[in-house]
Parts: sequence; structure tokens; C-alpha cells
Amino acid sequence: MIKAQNLVKKFGDFTAVKDISFTVEGGEIFAFLGPNGAGKTTTIKMLTTLLTPTSGKIELDGLDPTIHKNEARRKFGIVFQDPSLDSEQTAYENMELHAVLYKVPRKVRAERIEQLLTLFELWERRDDYVKTFSGGMKRRLEIARGFLHTPKILFLDEPTLGLDPQTRNQLWTHVKKLNETQQTTVFLTTHYMDEADRVAHRIAIIDHGGIVAQGTSQQLKQQTNSESLEQAFLALTGASIRDESATSTDQMRQVARMWSQRR
Amino acid sequence: MSAIYILWLREIKRYVRSRAQIVASLGQPLLYLLVLGFGLGPVFQKSGNGSYLQFMAPGVISMTILFTATFSGIAMLFDRQFGFLKETLVAPVPRIEVMIGRTLGGATVAVLQGTLILAVCLIAGFRPAQLSLFPLAFLFMGLIAIVFAALGTAFGSILQDMQGFQLIMNFMVLPMFFLSGALFPLNNLPRPLAIITRLDPLTYGVDALRGVLINGSHFGLALDVSLLCGIAVAFLSLGGYLFSRIQL
Repeated sequence: MIKAQNLVKKFGDFTAVKDISFTVEGGEIFAFLGPNGAGKTTTIKMLTTLLTPTSGKIELDGLDPTIHKNEARRKFGIVFQDPSLDSEQTAYENMELHAVLYKVPRKVRAERIEQLLTLFELWERRDDYVKTFSGGMKRRLEIARGFLHTPKILFLDEPTLGLDPQTRNQLWTHVKKLNETQQTTVFLTTHYMDEADRVAHRIAIIDHGGIVAQGTSQQLKQQTNSESLEQAFLALTGASIRDESATSTDQMRQVARMWSQRR
Repeated sequence: MSAIYILWLREIKRYVRSRAQIVASLGQPLLYLLVLGFGLGPVFQKSGNGSYLQFMAPGVISMTILFTATFSGIAMLFDRQFGFLKETLVAPVPRIEVMIGRTLGGATVAVLQGTLILAVCLIAGFRPAQLSLFPLAFLFMGLIAIVFAALGTAFGSILQDMQGFQLIMNFMVLPMFFLSGALFPLNNLPRPLAIITRLDPLTYGVDALRGVLINGSHFGLALDVSLLCGIAVAFLSLGGYLFSRIQL
């Protein structure tokens, strides 16, 4: 369903993704784990047509997303790591806009929006502007929005960042259900090893832009003689802490935050 | 089509909901209109050109549209920074539709804003020469708006941060306004200035508006219309091309 072959992405002199290859079968839940700055988000961006690879081949359900962009975009849905909501519109309007963009049939639109907003406990606040929401509520709305249409492939880029255990539980239950009933292929990244251990059929560990290990949770533990996935992860990627350099987007967000505080 | 509509609607909603911004954006045109209009009025009159308020009103309306439309395109920077742009870029909709929705939304907002200024002009004493031509003014306001909303989208697609925004405001938008003949007649200009004004797309917008509002077109409406349409197509293509190449 998802295939990457010798995928490389360079930003100037810096190589963010170094020659990685992996395959995700249809109906599989695949976890992509790695420390900060390992190249997870860059890989997802290349898979979802937001970035063009420097070299290498990608296939999404048999389509090359660098060539057949629109057709490829029809195959997947994505929940981003950082915010992507329109804060000047209400929660309901955000859902509606997404439904129109993703061509959710008009008949089921209202019903499905109500269902998902209720599931993630946002229905009461549906007519409030997103700018009045707390961080957790925004995350929940992003996730609810991601489930609005039922794509063949679902990308989840650190979806549980900053969520309470209740919502995390709700999220993974829903993901599993989608995977079982609709055969949705799921490609996820997370920093919580227990989550990956719980839902993922197969795991790839990426570090410094390259894949260092691939296999089931069981195989990874055996390979490193560890008892938990977390130990295996640390054994494979080392214990040193990584710094991500701030991108221009991060810097702009900081400026924007200063501005909004001043007002 | 529905994607174009929903993205257009978003721009309109944002405009209608930000009342403070609407009032704030009226400030600058009002200053030009009232201070220059009444301040330079006597001099203008003495030199035999008639009422300066009459002359300047189409210019100030064009200026409002220029600023609002260009800014709406560059406001894509905020969508980039707050992340909403991503949401539209991965959607299964051709990027050209996303671009058209945004651009038409920005253009519509600019026309609304221009209409507000037109109303203010009428209150301040501006009188259109021929009422039968008055509706045509909205057509030209629309054309100007599309030209500069498309240009704004093109800029918004290549800008990465706020520094570039200042650059464009000071070296593109302001000169386009001052060199468009919005504030002075195009007759008897020094040769270099005459050439530069003819290279400025806004010149033809201002001229067309003057043509329908005060019967004072310099180039003739036919030339204005064909040039504006041509520029609109060129800028829309440029904006569409640059927008489709955005990487995040």
C-alpha cells in the first residue's frame, strides 16, 4: 500500500532523510519511531505531497505521489503534528470545510460531523471559534477532522502529543476500529512506545535520517535483548538527547505568539 | 467547484467577522481623501483642473482595492504560519482550485472595501459624472481586485517570513500606488515618470475608474479594459503556477 525505495531528502547541505526503504502492506498499522529530528515528519511530508524527494521512489496504492499528486491525495487522510486548523472559524465550520474539501457526500456530512464531535467531546463547543480553544481541544478537533472521511491510508504524525490519557485511549480505539472494519492502512509516528507497542503491527525505527531497525515489536525486543519496546528503542538509538534546529516557521510562530500576547 | 466556493466563503467570513480590522483599514484612505482632497483642493482648482476631490476619489478607491487585495494574498503567510495552509495543500483538490478560491475571496473582500470607500466619497461630496456609467465602476473595481489579489497570491506563495512582507509593501505596493496617477493627472509628466506610470498595472485601473466615474479617462476605456484583462490572466497564471509549487 505504501512503498518507499531509496528515499532521500536534502535541505541544502543537510540530509534529513538518508536513503530509506520500507513497505507497508494494505490493512497494516505501521509505526515509524525515532528521536526528535530523526526525519519522521520529513518522510511523512514526502509521502503526502507536501515535499518533493531529492531522489528515490514512492508509491501510494500503486501511484507515484510526485507525479499523480491529485490522485494520490485522494487516497490518504492525515493528522498533522503541528496545528492546521483555521482559528478564525468555529469548530463546526472547520469540520464542514474539511468535509467539502474531501468530498464527503452532503447526505452523511452533518451526521458524521455530529458523531465525531460528540465522540471527542467537542459537540457542546461546536459554535465557538477555534481560537478560544485550549491546546488539548484543538488537538481533539484535528483528530476528529482527520476521521471525517474514510481514506485508504491514514497518516498520524504524533497525534497524541499533549493529549490526556482519555483522549489517547479514544483515539487508538478508533484507529483500531477503522483498521479492523475498513481495512484502513495506518502510518503513524509517536514518542510513546507503549502506544506503538499496543497498536502497531510492525515498527520501523529511524535515527539520523536512516532506518536502523524494522520488524514487529517482538522482533525488535529480541534483536536487542530488551524487555520493553522502550528499552529496545534506547538500545537502537542511544541515550543522548537530540536538538531540532528551529525552522523559519517556528520562528514566525514565536513572533506571532508575541504579537497575540501584546494585544 | 465546491472547494472554490468554501475557500471563497472562508475569506468573506474572516472579513465580515473582523470589524475592528474593517474600521482600521478605512483610516489610510480617509486620510488621503480628506487631508489631500481638501488640503490640495484649492491649488488644484487654481491650476485649472477642477475639483481635486472629484479627481482623487477614483484614485483612493483604487488604492483601497490595491492594498486590500494584495494584502489578502500575502496573508497566506499567516495561514502558513498557523498551519491552515497545509490542510488545504494535502486535500484531494487540484491546487489551482484552492488558489482560485482564495484569490477570488480576497478580490471580493477588496471590492467590498472599495465600495465602502466609494460610499465615504459620496458622503464627502463626490458626485459621479454620469449615473448610467456608475454600475460599470463595480466591474472595474472587480478587475483591479482580481489583478492584485492574484499578484498577492503569487507573492504569498514565495514568501517565507514577515521580513519579505515589508520588502513587498515598500518596494512593490506603495510605489504602484504612487506611480499610478491616483494622486496626479497623467498629462504633461516628465518623460521618465510618464514611462514608469505606463508600466504600472494600477494606472489602467485608476484610469478606467476615472473613465466611468468622472468621464476623465486618459487612455480610453477600451485600452484599459483589454490591458487589465490581459494582466489579470497573466497574474492568475503566475499565482497559480507559484502556488502549485509550494513546499512546506
